[in-house]
Amino acid sequence: MLDICEYYEAESLNDAKRKLASSPSANIIAGGTDLIIRIRDGAMANASLIGIGRIEELKEISLCKNGDIHIGSMVTFRELEQNCTIKERVPYLGEAGGTMGGPQIRNVATIGGNLCNGAVSADAVAMLCCLNAVLVLESVNSTRSMLIQDFYLGPGQVDLMADEILTGITIREQDYLGYQGRYIKASQRKAMDIATLGCAVSVNCQEGTIRDLRIACTVAAPTPVRCSSAEKLAVGLKATSDNIMKIRDAALGDVTPRDSWRGSKAYRKQLVMINIQRALESLVLTDGGE
Amino acid sequence: MSLRIHFSVNGTHKELLVESGETLLEMLRGRLGLTGVKRGCSVGECGACTVLVDGLNVDSCIYLAAWADGREIRTLEGLADGDDLNPVQQAFVDHGAVQCGFCTPGLVMTATAMAEKGIKLTRDEVRRELSGHLCRCTGYQNIMTAVEAVLED
Ligand SMILES: Cc1cc2nc3c(=O)[nH]c(=O)nc-3n(C[C@H](O)[C@H](O)[C@H](O)COP(=O)(O)OP(=O)(O)OC[C@H]3O[C@@H](n4cnc5c(N)ncnc54)[C@H](O)[C@@H]3O)c2cc1C
Ligand code: FES
Ligand code: FES
Repeated sequence: MLDICEYYEAESLNDAKRKLASSPSANIIAGGTDLIIRIRDGAMANASLIGIGRIEELKEISLCKNGDIHIGSMVTFRELEQNCTIKERVPYLGEAGGTMGGPQIRNVATIGGNLCNGAVSADAVAMLCCLNAVLVLESVNSTRSMLIQDFYLGPGQVDLMADEILTGITIREQDYLGYQGRYIKASQRKAMDIATLGCAVSVNCQEGTIRDLRIACTVAAPTPVRCSSAEKLAVGLKATSDNIMKIRDAALGDVTPRDSWRGSKAYRKQLVMINIQRALESLVLTDGGE
Repeated sequence: MSLRIHFSVNGTHKELLVESGETLLEMLRGRLGLTGVKRGCSVGECGACTVLVDGLNVDSCIYLAAWADGREIRTLEGLADGDDLNPVQQAFVDHGAVQCGFCTPGLVMTATAMAEKGIKLTRDEVRRELSGHLCRCTGYQNIMTAVEAVLED
């Protein structure tokens, strides 16, 4: 038996917001794959939970008229990977999500839970940073939006008020149209293991010239980082092997990884370089290079 | 706190009072005696507790019993028709995919969900679909062979 003293199943988004506002000690539970483990560990005595799993509007992925893609926070990783809009427009986001956990976890775990949990290793985050994803946070009294990068305050710490619910994530057309992307997760096992280092790259490359490049790494600093000096350097460069080496070297200045039992600082730096290189090579050197 | 839920398990409708902290695993084993649902790690790592919820394989050890409300649950006990095993169970027997048997119910549930979708999968895809299960005995080879045999039929 888990130490949960109260469970409330929200019937609608408004119902969930009201309940959360009137119960200061309550927590939202989405798929529970982080929260239930935490409760099992004894880290949350007498938990009071508000379930949001039956709120249909949070489970939708929609393509807006202006080309923006909206992903509800209760979309599971399995749904993300199988959704037609995602497959057609940002397949690399579904693929990134497909590296997390195993099938049983992906059937239940949600993208919203992955972000709100704040783990430095969360697998959906790096690619969403490349996509400049906009998070929508709602409470009874307010609605705010922010760029995903601003959501992360520190390891396990996110800018989410006690009465707020993450309702969804918007990916603007300007951030994916013309881009290709790839997420490379370095981990000790291919399945059921969290990232030693996560590396996402998205690139707009026209006629062999890099117009725009975005690189985001996780577990490479206390919060997810965009490698902005490498990104700036890349603009206007020809997509050659030599230039890819320059870009990957520049990215080292953008990360501050640390030592942990999963990997040393030096190893993580090596992973940053090699995985940026591999991702870029696979994206822009597809015709065999120069 | 107790919650009243309605659901179906292996085709039979049930109404139960469950506790807010009760997991689906505890409900199925403890209240309904469905001990084919195994408790291995209790934290979503091993897949021994896998059941199908509306056709999707989930780890019942980290799934709240309250979430079963209105849903269709299937466990190992519902697969065979009398003495006739379902195709996945039969393949596990035929290919020697069972040793101690602790991981078997969970794997059979995942493989049943795969087989019922009727989609052909590559070897790598089969491996990926089974990756949420741990087996300490077989070395996985015969399990792979059994599942591939069912999917090819
Ligand atoms: C065996 C196992 C393997 C795993 N492997 C991986 C992995 O490889 N990669 C990875 O990234 N993660 C992994 N995880 C962690 C976890 O599955 C993910 O982080 C998952 O996305 C969490 O989503 P959830 O819906 O289960 O969140 P929950 O556990 O329900 O919630 C997590 C946190 O976010 C809050 N929250 C959830 N939704 C909202 C919302 N909409 N608004 C406000 N707050 C909210 C909750 O209050 C809670 O604090 C693994 C977990 C397990 C058990
Ligand atoms: S007992 Fe549920 S995954 Fe191990
Ligand atoms: S047969 Fe013993 S754990 Fe798989």
